[in-house]
Amino acid sequence: MTREGTRYDQARWTNDGQYEPLLSEKDRTRVEIDGDDSPLPDELTRDALELPELSEPELARHYTRLSQMVYGIDSGPYPLGSCTMKYNPKFTEDVAALPSAAVHPDRSAASIQGTLELMYRLQDYLGRIGGMDAVTLQPPAGAAGEFVGVRVAAAYHEHNGEGHRDEVIIPESAHGTNFATAALAGYDVVSMPSDDEGRVDLEALEAALSSNTAALMLTNPNTLGLFERDIIEIAEMVHDVGGLLYYDGANLNALLGRARPGDMGFDVMHYNVHKTFATPHGGGGPGAGPVGVAEELEPFLPSPRVRETGDDSENAYELFEPEHTIGHVHGFQGNWLVLVKTFAYIARLGDEGLTDASAKAVLNANYLASQIEYDVPYGPFHHEFVASAGDQDAADVAKRMLDYGVHPPTTKWPEIVPEALMTEPTEVESRETLDQLAAAFNAVVDEDDETLEAAPSRTSARRIDQTSAARNPRLSWHALEEETATDSSRTP
Amino acid sequence: MHGSRTTGSPYAPHTDDETAAMLEELGADSVDDLFDIPTAVRFDDEFGIEARTEREARALVESILESNDDLTELLGRGHYGYYVPSLVDHLADRSEYLTSYTQYQPEVSQGFLQALFEYQSMLVELTGLEIANCSMYDAATALGEAATLADRLRHTSGHRVLVPDLLLEGRRSTLENYVAGTELVVEEYPTEDAAVDVDALTDRVDEDVVMVYAENPTVRGTIEENLAAIGELADDADALFVLGSDPVALSLLQRPADVGADVVVGDASVLGLPTSYGMGLGLFATREAYLRQVPGRLVGVSEDATDRRAFTLTLQTREQHIRRERATSNICTNQAWVALRTAMHVACLGASGLVDLAKRDVTRAEELARRVDEIVGVKAPVHDRRHFREFVAHVDQPAQAVADDLEERGFAVHVVGEHEIQLCIAGVSDATLDEFVEVFEEVAP
Repeated sequence: MTREGTRYDQARWTNDGQYEPLLSEKDRTRVEIDGDDSPLPDELTRDALELPELSEPELARHYTRLSQMVYGIDSGPYPLGSCTMKYNPKFTEDVAALPSAAVHPDRSAASIQGTLELMYRLQDYLGRIGGMDAVTLQPPAGAAGEFVGVRVAAAYHEHNGEGHRDEVIIPESAHGTNFATAALAGYDVVSMPSDDEGRVDLEALEAALSSNTAALMLTNPNTLGLFERDIIEIAEMVHDVGGLLYYDGANLNALLGRARPGDMGFDVMHYNVHKTFATPHGGGGPGAGPVGVAEELEPFLPSPRVRETGDDSENAYELFEPEHTIGHVHGFQGNWLVLVKTFAYIARLGDEGLTDASAKAVLNANYLASQIEYDVPYGPFHHEFVASAGDQDAADVAKRMLDYGVHPPTTKWPEIVPEALMTEPTEVESRETLDQLAAAFNAVVDEDDETLEAAPSRTSARRIDQTSAARNPRLSWHALEEETATDSSRTP
Repeated sequence: MHGSRTTGSPYAPHTDDETAAMLEELGADSVDDLFDIPTAVRFDDEFGIEARTEREARALVESILESNDDLTELLGRGHYGYYVPSLVDHLADRSEYLTSYTQYQPEVSQGFLQALFEYQSMLVELTGLEIANCSMYDAATALGEAATLADRLRHTSGHRVLVPDLLLEGRRSTLENYVAGTELVVEEYPTEDAAVDVDALTDRVDEDVVMVYAENPTVRGTIEENLAAIGELADDADALFVLGSDPVALSLLQRPADVGADVVVGDASVLGLPTSYGMGLGLFATREAYLRQVPGRLVGVSEDATDRRAFTLTLQTREQHIRRERATSNICTNQAWVALRTAMHVACLGASGLVDLAKRDVTRAEELARRVDEIVGVKAPVHDRRHFREFVAHVDQPAQAVADDLEERGFAVHVVGEHEIQLCIAGVSDATLDEFVEVFEEVAP
């Protein structure tokens, strides 16, 4: 890759020793609260509040400068494996911002028929896409969806007098959230190794299964981008011991219109709608993690859900409590604005667009895998693949890729592949961009450790010391000020 | 290079020529050949979802949402629709913020990390506690996380979690789900006239209690007067005192650190989000002593290779992607962008703006209570206490009928009892409150 090629350099705002002052360094205004001009007696109020107080133009510049030191999918390719960072259409932001979308969650059903209809139709869309009989929209993120799925499974077993089932089986290569979720729900985690081809090892599964199995949590394609070809057999084995099969929807983008979790024998699944159906990730959220279930699990879904009233009146939709509901998993109804965007996106693409999205995502992953010089074990791939940095440190490779103007892949995970570079280009990258990405990989592959360790040099900040941040945690501007105060008191 | 775009996803940029060239490179005849899916589980049907142009998709959503009635909402009870300055929408919508992911590569995420650090700092100032994470999902899930924190810190000493009987159903139920995998048992303690009954609580607190939860203001809008006493009770039992609140209330009411709170939870999106059908932002602040057990992401300060100050996610060994089943929480995708919006809104208000807003939440609620109390058939407030933002009113008529009549005339209010409604002034203009009082006068008698 030539250094003159299309590349991305970040804005760098410099201000002696720092990149952009903190708001608190621009201003600190202390407001005393006392009885004289307070509507409350002193004993019910705080003494004072100290926060920055800046004008609107000052704030506009502060937040604009900060934004210029952030890389987003609109800045360039962002092939973070398992995160499905795809381009997000702009019109979905506009529909989510409609005044009619902004309603209070305690409004009467009669006064928000539009909100309820949209939820009902989205439940229906998601059910069709996943091959599931019923869907709840309440979970506010994928991990929250996992939690709902596992809690629903627990309630189902309990209801059937099978409350003794206390184990959840999870492949070693699974998303970290699976393990954390199963533990949060009170289950013992039974970790299961992969076979030589990176897929579920049926013998290991057989050994892990027992009458204590509550569920197997699986993503398909798995985190190596490989389709679990033995899925029918896997489902049978799990069902034979009375367990349930849970589908982690993080990788659903690879399957849209090609295969459905419900048809493969999965009993419960979550959808990461912010990945599969394009809602901007917003620097880490909000997302939404609707959960779909087979018919026999429907009575256990969180409350409330939306259904048709079946009468001809104007009030066609209502909220209801499922018969054996696990109750709430969010104070109200989850991340509604994300659901509006999801609905709009699905309505835009339809069958044709959704099926093509997975086609292009899979084409792009396989094409990119074929163009890079790093070793890429296993295959064939669905929407992501895992390359190995070999003798290089994957984290250093990532830092160096930043210098070539692209966002690097997910690193060091899954651990099955040494020094993993987990790469997911999604369907939104052109061949030209994929070639740029490949050139960035291939430029780094021959570089020495010294070069890698010195990277990055063209980003707004240089390599950041993670160890110092953890060893000496300073998590607020108050902590920084205390540190400064302590330092100066030590100065002779 | 270019040519006609392949039909299908409007956001896949491939031309037919490109697709063909890429397939040739892979030695495949068609894209279908790339799918390694056994025939038995291939989906060869259609979803039956029609593809639409952008204009049609947008019109579809608009037409569906159009059937929502346009009502003035005097609704609160845990979700508030304060006016959000335009600055927040315009700046938070900058696509670098909107289209970035979790800051796993801090060198290209400095701006977002700094904004989240500033958000954490604002919560530290508001709560007086030393640390705050950079978001949970909402108040209910933050409460659930507080309980699992209490379990991690105190699991050998007890298993009871005490919550007020006034707790919102959505919060109570979410809490029950979060503790379902622990030995914790959630129990109610009584309130008296919409405030903690300290004597009754004293009878229930013993060494087996690991967490005492209270809210200020309460769900009925009353200001809790006995926080310090509750904090002492909890402290004596070596239980965590968890306080539920929000940034507007915290800017005026007693500082949690001063009443012995160990954790503050609540919904920070009272600032930053419009009413969004319950979407929120879980606030979570606690003491530095519990740092290694805190759930969620933390942004900390470090230095880069040029010794300049830089920000990064830190203490990630607590998190699920590293610690797996021993993580302090399963949270991954959080509410970062909402936290950005909240920080922007706080910054727009500044210290005086925030304190003024909170003061008006007291005076305007109490003023509205006085005005509706003068209406024949209405007594307000029901609780003889100081109020913040909202209050309960007694109506002689059946409350549901009153609420239905008000809704006919364009106002949404809560029904909280057979003869009780609840009114909230957050985000409602003075002129609109005048209109409401007029309408209420016609409806109530």
